[in-house]
Amino acid sequence: MLLQGNEAIVEGALRAGCRFFAGYPITPATEISEVLSVRLPQVEGTFIQMEDEIASLGAVIGASLAGVKSMTATSGPGFSLMQENLGFAIIAEVPCVIVNVMRGGPSTGLPTFPSQSDVMQSRWGTHGDHPIIVLSASTVRECYEITIRAFNLSEKFRTPAIVLIDEVVAHMREKIVLSDDSDDEEVKIFNRVKPTMPPEWYIPYEDTPSGVPPMANFGEGYRYHVTGLTHDIRGFPTSRQDEIGPFIARLHRKISSHFSEIQTAEFFETEDAEMTVVAYGCVARSAKRAVIEARGKGIKVGLLKLITIWPFMRSAVEKVLQTSKILIVPEMNMGQISREVKRVNRGIAKVYTLNKVDGTIITPPEILNRMMEVA
Amino acid sequence: MPEVTKLIHKYLRHDKKFPHVWCPGCGTGIILGALIRAIDRIGYEKDEVVLISGIGCSGRLPVYVDFNTLHTTHGRALTFATGVKLAKPSLKVIVIMGDGDAVAIGGNHFIHAARRNIDVAAIIVNNSTYGMTGGQYSPTTPYGMRSTTTVYSNIEQDFKISELAVTAGAVFVGRGTVYHAKLLDDLMEKAFLKPGFSVVEVVSHCHVQYGRQNRLGSAVEMMEWQRDHAVPVEKALKMKPEELKDKILIGVLVDKELPVYQDEYEKIRERAKRATGG
Repeated sequence: MLLQGNEAIVEGALRAGCRFFAGYPITPATEISEVLSVRLPQVEGTFIQMEDEIASLGAVIGASLAGVKSMTATSGPGFSLMQENLGFAIIAEVPCVIVNVMRGGPSTGLPTFPSQSDVMQSRWGTHGDHPIIVLSASTVRECYEITIRAFNLSEKFRTPAIVLIDEVVAHMREKIVLSDDSDDEEVKIFNRVKPTMPPEWYIPYEDTPSGVPPMANFGEGYRYHVTGLTHDIRGFPTSRQDEIGPFIARLHRKISSHFSEIQTAEFFETEDAEMTVVAYGCVARSAKRAVIEARGKGIKVGLLKLITIWPFMRSAVEKVLQTSKILIVPEMNMGQISREVKRVNRGIAKVYTLNKVDGTIITPPEILNRMMEVA
Repeated sequence: MPEVTKLIHKYLRHDKKFPHVWCPGCGTGIILGALIRAIDRIGYEKDEVVLISGIGCSGRLPVYVDFNTLHTTHGRALTFATGVKLAKPSLKVIVIMGDGDAVAIGGNHFIHAARRNIDVAAIIVNNSTYGMTGGQYSPTTPYGMRSTTTVYSNIEQDFKISELAVTAGAVFVGRGTVYHAKLLDDLMEKAFLKPGFSVVEVVSHCHVQYGRQNRLGSAVEMMEWQRDHAVPVEKALKMKPEELKDKILIGVLVDKELPVYQDEYEKIRERAKRATGG
């Protein structure tokens, strides 16, 4: 089947069990709304177009609390508006998926041109200390897979998960085989763990070995309080030091103690690479072509393609640093992931950037030229 | 313990750390009492009620009562309510907001929830001020009044919340005051039972902030003002416009029928399934 990235995200969401979508029209993410407005009512799901992106994420969180897997999709300007309720979903630990199809910014910016300039916004856009899960894709098949993974991770860790792709991948059409084989690890579905104890024993925000408390849906007998205020283990607002600290620590620990489950990357020709390109999204496609061509010229170069953007995959960078003396980080922004690479590198290798912010893609020859320049 | 107190206690969360956050003499407690009495009269199960709030003094109301409770972001309560209701239509969704919450930061959500006819009951505590932040002027602070951000006088015109709700398309709109507690019980019962978007505006007082800055007296004196300035809608029909100039109309302003969103969406599902031959 021939699908564009946005359509593959829809297929992934439906496969993952998404049955509620609230959104607001915005280029270049609108196809996700359009297709879901047709598909969701066919499967007893609900589609609603809200008055803005703030309302969209509010409705998504409400639907998730009522027990329905939910998603919204937007681009940079809408993602800015969602930061308020994104923080709510984090502190109240409500699973949901937010798709951000990046376009050039700041502000209204470049509505129909690609960009990767929301990488840091996806990490730090909402106020306060918080962990976040952000996944990226460079193929249509990956759009399908990471959307399913985003739902699985958000359900498992009771936290919002962000699908961060660029306009190129969103609108690119590729052949894709949609696997519905339940033994296929890539498309296995995970549902939130519900409480099994009697309601009077249920402590909604109690610490557990995994750091993730079981989640009761509204209307199922476990009446509890959900709030955006810092709360105690029962969900009630607290200003006690001995409750605030452990709560914020648990929010971080439930993600940081599960890095191996959350983080994925692809290594291409990195075993003996003296130079490695670190890329993600559509730039990883150009980078792969550049690596193949450079190998043809006898240059020992590899590609580290990040699929998990946040939490940043330190271990993957450390792995390529075992052989590489040079890292190149091409990005369609002024240098966002390259800061993370430099932070992990700590002077071991030389880190070079390649930044492009004119609304056009970074081509294989541009990456190849950069390799020649710095080799 | 008197019967009426026993009834309230049946619905309170006893594991919550009382005392509550409201100032002595606040009207919000009377509104909570009316809400509980209306729910009890209808006979809803605690499990089927979802009580949702925004931010401010009214935002703290859900935490005290034993329902499914959700304290959302400022002004956004109706958006969360939309999601809860559409995801699980069997739930009875009640939203409580303040005036700043409902018609300043949440004004857009308010008119669109009314326009869509989402089956949610919205209770709005209108005390003409931002009480929790210390008494700044709100969209319902009347022209010429003082607040901590209009120390020289308020030069803006105020919103009439109920009239705004009527214009936006709410199928049930009622207004009361905290002085008229029994009327509140009735208005809330009607609003909760009404299919579609229903609004109960409750004129309340903030004697601690708004009242003090405008020398309006104690909580009791401000409630006496409500008593003296409230006119039932039926009576107002026989009064001249000049007699109604500084009056608040109380009672049922609108009670009409319009298609309810979730029922209409069910029809969409049928059409979508027919389109796939399913």
